[in-house]
Amino acid sequence: MKEKLVLIGNGMAGVRTLEELFKHSDGDSKGSDIYDVTVIGAEPHPNYNRIMLSPVLASEKTIDDIILNSLDWYKENNVELVTGDAVSEINRVKQCVITESGKQIDYDRLLIATGSNPFIIPVPGAEKEGVIGFRDIHDVHTMLDAAQKYKKAVVIGGGLLGLEAANGLMKQGMDVTVVHLLDALMERQLDKTASEMLKLSLEQKGLSFMMQAQTAEIVGDKRVSAVKFADGSEVDADLVVMAVGIRPSIELAQKAGIYCERGVVVNDTMQTYDPKIYAVGECVQHRKECYGLVAPLFEQAKVAANHLAKIGSIRYQGSMISTKLKVTGIDLFSAGEFNEVDGDETLVMQDASCGIYKKLVIRDNKLKGAVLFGDTMDGTWYFQLMRDATSIADFRRTIMFGQHDVGDAGHGDVSRVMALPDSAEICGCNGVCKGDIVNAITKKGLFTLAEVQAHTKASSSCGSCTGLVEAILASTVGDGYDATPNKKAICACTEHSHDDVIDAIKKHELKSMQAVREFLEWKTPDGCATCRPALNYYLLARWPEEYQDDAQSRFINERAHGNIQKDGTYSVVPRMFGGLVKPDELRAIADVCDKYDVPEMKVTGGQRIDLFGVQKQDLPSMWKDLSAAGFVSGHAYGKAMRTVKTCAGKTWCRFGTQDSTGLGVKLEQLTWGSWMPHKFKLAVSGCPRNCAEATIKDFGVVAVESGYELLIGGNGGIKVRVTDLLTKVETEEQVLEYCAAFCQMYREEAHYLERTAPWVERVGLSSIRDRLLNNEIERSELVERFKLSQQYAQVDPWKARAEGKSSYEFTQLKIAG
Amino acid sequence: MSNWIEVVSLKDIPKLGSRVIDVNQMKIAVFRTSDDRVFAIKNACPHKGGPLSEGIVHGTSVTCPLHNWKIDLASGEAISPDHGCTNVFPVKIENGQVFIELLVA
Ligand code: SRM
Ligand SMILES: Cc1cc2nc3c(=O)[nH]c(=O)nc-3n(C[C@H](O)[C@H](O)[C@H](O)COP(=O)(O)OP(=O)(O)OC[C@H]3O[C@@H](n4cnc5c(N)ncnc54)[C@H](O)[C@@H]3O)c2cc1C
Ligand code: SF4
Ligand code: FES
Repeated sequence: MKEKLVLIGNGMAGVRTLEELFKHSDGDSKGSDIYDVTVIGAEPHPNYNRIMLSPVLASEKTIDDIILNSLDWYKENNVELVTGDAVSEINRVKQCVITESGKQIDYDRLLIATGSNPFIIPVPGAEKEGVIGFRDIHDVHTMLDAAQKYKKAVVIGGGLLGLEAANGLMKQGMDVTVVHLLDALMERQLDKTASEMLKLSLEQKGLSFMMQAQTAEIVGDKRVSAVKFADGSEVDADLVVMAVGIRPSIELAQKAGIYCERGVVVNDTMQTYDPKIYAVGECVQHRKECYGLVAPLFEQAKVAANHLAKIGSIRYQGSMISTKLKVTGIDLFSAGEFNEVDGDETLVMQDASCGIYKKLVIRDNKLKGAVLFGDTMDGTWYFQLMRDATSIADFRRTIMFGQHDVGDAGHGDVSRVMALPDSAEICGCNGVCKGDIVNAITKKGLFTLAEVQAHTKASSSCGSCTGLVEAILASTVGDGYDATPNKKAICACTEHSHDDVIDAIKKHELKSMQAVREFLEWKTPDGCATCRPALNYYLLARWPEEYQDDAQSRFINERAHGNIQKDGTYSVVPRMFGGLVKPDELRAIADVCDKYDVPEMKVTGGQRIDLFGVQKQDLPSMWKDLSAAGFVSGHAYGKAMRTVKTCAGKTWCRFGTQDSTGLGVKLEQLTWGSWMPHKFKLAVSGCPRNCAEATIKDFGVVAVESGYELLIGGNGGIKVRVTDLLTKVETEEQVLEYCAAFCQMYREEAHYLERTAPWVERVGLSSIRDRLLNNEIERSELVERFKLSQQYAQVDPWKARAEGKSSYEFTQLKIAG
Repeated sequence: MSNWIEVVSLKDIPKLGSRVIDVNQMKIAVFRTSDDRVFAIKNACPHKGGPLSEGIVHGTSVTCPLHNWKIDLASGEAISPDHGCTNVFPVKIENGQVFIELLVA
């Protein structure tokens, strides 16, 4: 017999918990393996996206657009659904709930997610017809109805909700006055300047404001006709929307004797004082905080589901929140402590004529708060910096101008994305248009980037459109999307992040994939195509002497040591150290091409030759021939050291200051064969004219008269990033030493599939520099470890396979059926 | 009519790996899971025909090497949110030898 789980409140937090719970069940079965689930909701609707009531009110969306879980969803997941009936009593002794209509439903576990109620100011007349809150579909219908029949609306409350209500009612043709008790709008999210700018732009849109006005009475017969203020003045009103705040809905829990303060008090597992009863959402109080935005509620849902599913591996530790205002045409973002206190520094940028204002509050080199008005593009990034408490010392000078390496992703601010037509192509790799993405989000109720990637494939390849997709997500679902999860799990097989895994392998001396998965409680027995290659790499990098590489955890390119082509053939790129080549070698390559009917040869961007269209079964014998001519694998297929690009240098070039070609060969001899978190490219230029493009390489060298400038963290790919200067050295030996140390630091610390450019930005140039330049011991230990691992890595994989290694990989079985 | 044909020894398929069988010009990929179950499936991804044999095997599914669709080995169906299906063939193991059943017209 399954246990009975009852959910009170068919709203965003409660149903999200169920969705998270169902994810923990066995693959095939829908719903939950452990529970028979019943949901009781006071509203007569399936779960909808409450956030989107504002756009519905503004006629930018319909109710249908905002349904998150259709009635079919409940059926498919075997969820018993009661709508339009509220729970009136929880009987904890009998373990049942009783509804207004008299239904009695038993539970083994109960989940309370009753949300909150709008606060109605207790002034005389507040109960009159035409006085409402702004909370649910019913309120929206009441407002839309009123807009048909009446002209004058008053919204009490100049916060987020009030302004969105006012904007909607104005769009419906009403004259709207916003009444606010204080002298600044959205005072909890904005500083004075931003608040003034907001007021100005809303006035330009047609709203009127009465600031510092205290409501004293609602005037009228049966229906409201005016609002009267403490100073005796009055404004006419046919509709009054009270949006002065919300109160967690706790009466039910309180009546049942469950401990409540402002909200239902829960611990870090979302459990109330009654261990059978859990609570999530706005009705909850956790570590003294009550939340009124969905992002934290969704984090709570994840935790509650984890415990209801009896896994019990995660805890909720509170959330940092950010706010955006959903009034079309106004971009506003706020997060953290945006009003500076003594000792804080503030950076401010203000361009009144463009309507842009940005303020960042900095304390001890960390970003503490941000208010953005007019250009909110970088809100997500700033928020991430705050949550991660990243030191901003390295990019303080440019932080105001946004994320340094955003590339294409940097042009996608929400309103600019909104303006794009549905046919605009967002993801160039997978040919996904804006319309497809919006459709998938609304029809399938997607909330996260990962979900959009899975359903539409947008941003799932090269990732350069991620910013655009996030912007579309934000504009389509509102703030609910979780752009910046606290800690990114490697994949769905685990809750652990890359850093957790790297640390655990080192600290607990885990030496096999099995050991890692057991120690960190992986949810799947063999992992998946995302985590296996990562674990394989981490283990190989940490234990080069002992770890047995696992071929089945490598992508096919690395398993077959060639790039798989769209037709299933492979390409072969022999290594040409430093781009140098001899006539015999060229002849050997030409012979191989003739012998195996290679359909196409091409000089690559990495100064060597690519042979395309080779049949898989021909690879070993072709490699054998190449090996005989002295070639080794170019690793053009691997998350590995790739090429060293060189220029002509001092030997020939009239400007050359050093032997760049010779140094390139030495660097390639040092580093070839090394497995890396991602691919790794080097270049050596003989003078600052930089013909080898060393300034966009992972490790670049620019020779000058007095020595060599060492450059790190460049990238010429999806997001171009120019290198940073690591240091300047005088001898070739020093170049080789620093190169080995840098490689090893990257190999040990970066996340799998993170190139040096994002890695340098994540950990900060100054920390890398500090350790490589100022700590001689650490540097020489890094060099030692690199050289040790190279002893095992510099084995030509082609030669090994030509001699028979993994022969099953290259032979097909022919059978007459 | 149908017939069972012997294709390969279990030990010659790497765990979490595959072998490709060429039967009358048709390529069939035979996969072995970590718990030694064997599945046979047409070696063409429902997306764009990618060679599934070259993918990474996990549980009872394989991730296509070309664009990362996940295919269920038992049913040949793409795992949601992707849609599509490729042929599967019945498999039996006797005395360490793997047999697959082919339909003969
Ligand atoms: C063969 C080559 C193109 C050419 O004909 O010149 C090439 C071919 C591919 N590149 Fe490249 N890249 C080649 C030079 C480059 C360069 C130029 C360079 O190295 O100087 C770049 C930009 C520089 C850089 O990496 O910073 C480049 C940036 C990329 C990227 C983007 C990487 C990034 O971090 O932004 C990818 C995608 C990836 O790695 O995930 C990529 C991925 C690919 C793949 C492996 C796509 C794939 O996953 O199948 C292509 C394989 C084709 C094939 O079937 O053989 N290729 N690729 C070049 C091989 C050079 C070599 O000798 O090894
Ligand atoms: C107009 C509007 C705009 C918003 N905009 C944003 C935004 O931009 N960003 C953001 O993050 N958040 C926004 N929010 C807040 C967000 O919608 C809420 O934080 C979220 O919906 C709370 O989820 P919940 O499950 O706790 O409560 P709800 O979604 O309110 O669900 C609670 C449900 O429980 C039901 N219920 C209550 N008592 C009982 C009972 N006794 N028996 C049965 N059922 C009961 C209620 O009827 C309700 O359906 C907005 C809210 C509104 C109203
Ligand atoms: S070779 Fe590089 S740029 Fe050209 S299509 Fe392939 S991945 Fe794209
Ligand atoms: S061909 Fe298999 S995912 Fe594209």
